[in-house]
Amino acid sequence: MTQDVGAVAKAPVVATGPSRKGPGEGRWIAGVFLAPAGIFLAAIVLYPLVYTLVRSFFHDGTTGQATSFAGLANYTHIFTQSDALQALKNNVIWVVVVPVLVTILGLIFAVLTEKIRWASAFKVVLFMPMAISFLASGVTWTLIYADQPSRGLGNAVAIGIHDTFNPQTSYPELHPVGNAVLTGSGTAGYRSAATFAVGSPALVPLAGLNLVAPPKAAQPAVQPSSGSGLRGVVWNDFKLGGGGKAGVIDQGELGIPGLKIEAVKGGKTVATATTQANGTFAFPSLTAGDYTLALPKDDFSAAYGGIAWLGKNLITPSIIVAYLWIYAGFAMVLLAAGMAAIPRDALEAARMDGATEWQVFRKVTAPLLTPVLLVVFVTMVINVLKIFDIVFIIQQSAGGNAKYANVLAVQLYTDYGNQQFGAASAVGIVLVILVLPAMVFQVRNFRRESR
Amino acid sequence: MSLKIRNLAVAAVTATSLVSLAACGSSSGSPGSTGTGQSLKGVSFTILGQWTGGEQDAFQAVINAFDSSTGAKGIYTPAAGGDEAGVLGTKVAGGTPPDIAVLSLPGAIQQYAASNKVQPASAAVQSAVTSNFATEWATLASAGGKLYGVPVDASDKSTVWYNAKAFTDAGITTPPATWDDLIKAGQTLSSSGVQVPISVGGGDGWTLTDWFENVYLRTAGVANYDKLTHHQIPWTDPSVATALTALKKIWGNSGLIGSPAAAVKVPFPASVDNVFKKNPTSAVVYEASFVATTITSDKNPAVVGTDAKVFPFPSVNGSAPVSEVAGDFALAFTNNKAAQPFLAYLASPAAAKILVSTSGSGFLSANKNLANSAYPDSTSAELAKQLVAVGNNFRFDMSDQAPAAFGGTPNKTEWADLQTFLTDGNVAAAQRQLEKDAQSVKWN
Repeated sequence: MTQDVGAVAKAPVVATGPSRKGPGEGRWIAGVFLAPAGIFLAAIVLYPLVYTLVRSFFHDGTTGQATSFAGLANYTHIFTQSDALQALKNNVIWVVVVPVLVTILGLIFAVLTEKIRWASAFKVVLFMPMAISFLASGVTWTLIYADQPSRGLGNAVAIGIHDTFNPQTSYPELHPVGNAVLTGSGTAGYRSAATFAVGSPALVPLAGLNLVAPPKAAQPAVQPSSGSGLRGVVWNDFKLGGGGKAGVIDQGELGIPGLKIEAVKGGKTVATATTQANGTFAFPSLTAGDYTLALPKDDFSAAYGGIAWLGKNLITPSIIVAYLWIYAGFAMVLLAAGMAAIPRDALEAARMDGATEWQVFRKVTAPLLTPVLLVVFVTMVINVLKIFDIVFIIQQSAGGNAKYANVLAVQLYTDYGNQQFGAASAVGIVLVILVLPAMVFQVRNFRRESR
Repeated sequence: MSLKIRNLAVAAVTATSLVSLAACGSSSGSPGSTGTGQSLKGVSFTILGQWTGGEQDAFQAVINAFDSSTGAKGIYTPAAGGDEAGVLGTKVAGGTPPDIAVLSLPGAIQQYAASNKVQPASAAVQSAVTSNFATEWATLASAGGKLYGVPVDASDKSTVWYNAKAFTDAGITTPPATWDDLIKAGQTLSSSGVQVPISVGGGDGWTLTDWFENVYLRTAGVANYDKLTHHQIPWTDPSVATALTALKKIWGNSGLIGSPAAAVKVPFPASVDNVFKKNPTSAVVYEASFVATTITSDKNPAVVGTDAKVFPFPSVNGSAPVSEVAGDFALAFTNNKAAQPFLAYLASPAAAKILVSTSGSGFLSANKNLANSAYPDSTSAELAKQLVAVGNNFRFDMSDQAPAAFGGTPNKTEWADLQTFLTDGNVAAAQRQLEKDAQSVKWN
């Protein structure tokens, strides 16, 4: 306090010194000093802003020149064109979800790092992503989200977990051929169209086995041996180089080993068998009669391909996760600084009075931290509205699904690239309008603080 | 090559580093490409293009040959970021165009001609183009009846590439000639153990536009093709429905192209790789003649002509043979003294010979007076022969002629619409969306 008094006391001394000038003159000098900055700002901020606004009301010619007055057409396009509308929708998702999540995550990390040992190390690790450029982060996450489990960490984990509980199926590549002995599909399983009688051989042709590298267990198919019950063979009715007859076991065609096969009568499975290395199977217990043969789907359903991280539905959430990874540390650092500024005695007083840690957090820490929380939240709103780089990078590897991740800034960029400057300007103005409330809030906030 | 220009890149306003020597003399006195002595000694001219790597080397070799015979100095610069349309547009608008630009978009020739930004071809260039190229090529390089550009290289976009061994393993001896043959061959390949018989690179939308254009050219004919190219008929036209329905016979068959949801993620290079890699998962891939370059740039390249073979895009619904092509055109933006002689030289068989025979270029030329023996391998010689043999019976890539906002933007408009069609197979919805997108774009 004494220092403050001193400062106040000193001020008049300076003010009453001999060099004092009239207020009008001071303003004039201030103007002169501000002029370079003012001209600079006008040239690189004000003029482009105004020109963008003007340009957004004009149609685009084929080489990008402004043609005729368009009224609000460029703006209505944002709400009618599917790609721009998708961008708008995604921006809404981003703004609603991301600032809240970043603030909450940052708060959790900040509170937890106060309580643990090695807090600094923890903070450094969490803050590290901020030190990496968005481009590099985008590329990293692109790799994590790659479809092939050999490349993508995400799917390596997903497929690993899935296959631990549901073992890999054996023949997803096989499908019926020839004279349609079997009907059905790989996902539902196959079933013979006609019935087979006990005593006559049941020939069940399939095809699609990788003949260049066939399963090691597979042996050439043979005619089923004669014997009691229903006997037959499931074989790959295709040989390397083609030329076989459909529905006939030709020389060189392989039996399909280890396939489960069911004999069905009256809708009920009466017997089950598994094919031998040469594809033969037998239901010795079956007595005379006609049976439908069924090949259960378990042997055919396509292998689990993991999660389509960058597919139609997950691409935006996936990118948001990458963004959280980057910004959670940033929020944590700001909030941790805010928490460090909270007077310890307030917290201790609360604890002395018997408040639980949760109560301390809710009744003391959180209210005292509100200004910082707001700063983080609003900063994130502004950041997220103009999100571009990480979306743009991750989009590159999403192929045909990239359009589902579109955001306004990316839309602006593509319109600009296509020399549709009017459309691009309209998107830019919309972005400015969207950012404006948050900016006003932020500026007011700063002003209040500096007072 | 169109796949290059489609790299979405920063439309960077590059510093005008190119020195434009406005040699204000009249070009009437130039002796033409035959280069009588050092007639252009000391004249330097700039060329903007999009070629890099092997293609740039081959083009540089052509420039060097011109330089040494005329004494001029050609300075070639590839456009920053591969976005030539953007860079050129900015340069022209800024009043510092390159002396010559090499463009893959005939539509741009019309645009620049309409705004008087390009120089009409001199008499020497005109006679070189008429004597060396089919008239359709000259038409593509003309606007309002005046010739402006010179065809440089060409690619055949009606080629289907296949893995010869996979065909042998499946016992397919004759390459499919019709759409139904192709479907049948696909099924046979599937039975022979090829997981995804026909590889569709749906991750890059432009491959899908090429599929569509080939089918449309065959089912709707050249007259309709020309109309749709300039959006004179709507995309809701029944002819489009016919083409999409034919296309769906393959695109909608997961036994042939695998899961469409997976196909729509496969980028073009991977779609080629799937057919020619060590343990191939596919046997057939459709794309233009430049697939050869993609194959040879692989880590363990298949041998083009032996492992990798090619058959013409099959006839659809009994259509007669017709080709889709793409290519690059050179045009002069200034009256630099060397510009017209260089264009005339580019149109000559001598320049074409250097262009195609430089190793690693992968270039083909539609120059009909170029000896076929100039090609380094038999497959490209064969492809070039076809290019010349079709005469005027070809059409230029439709999406390359459309405004970029419709036919040339990743994840947008035509590309995105065909990607959606690939995944959902809804013909009517695809037509509606294509028409809606076409209407939102400014056509010439």
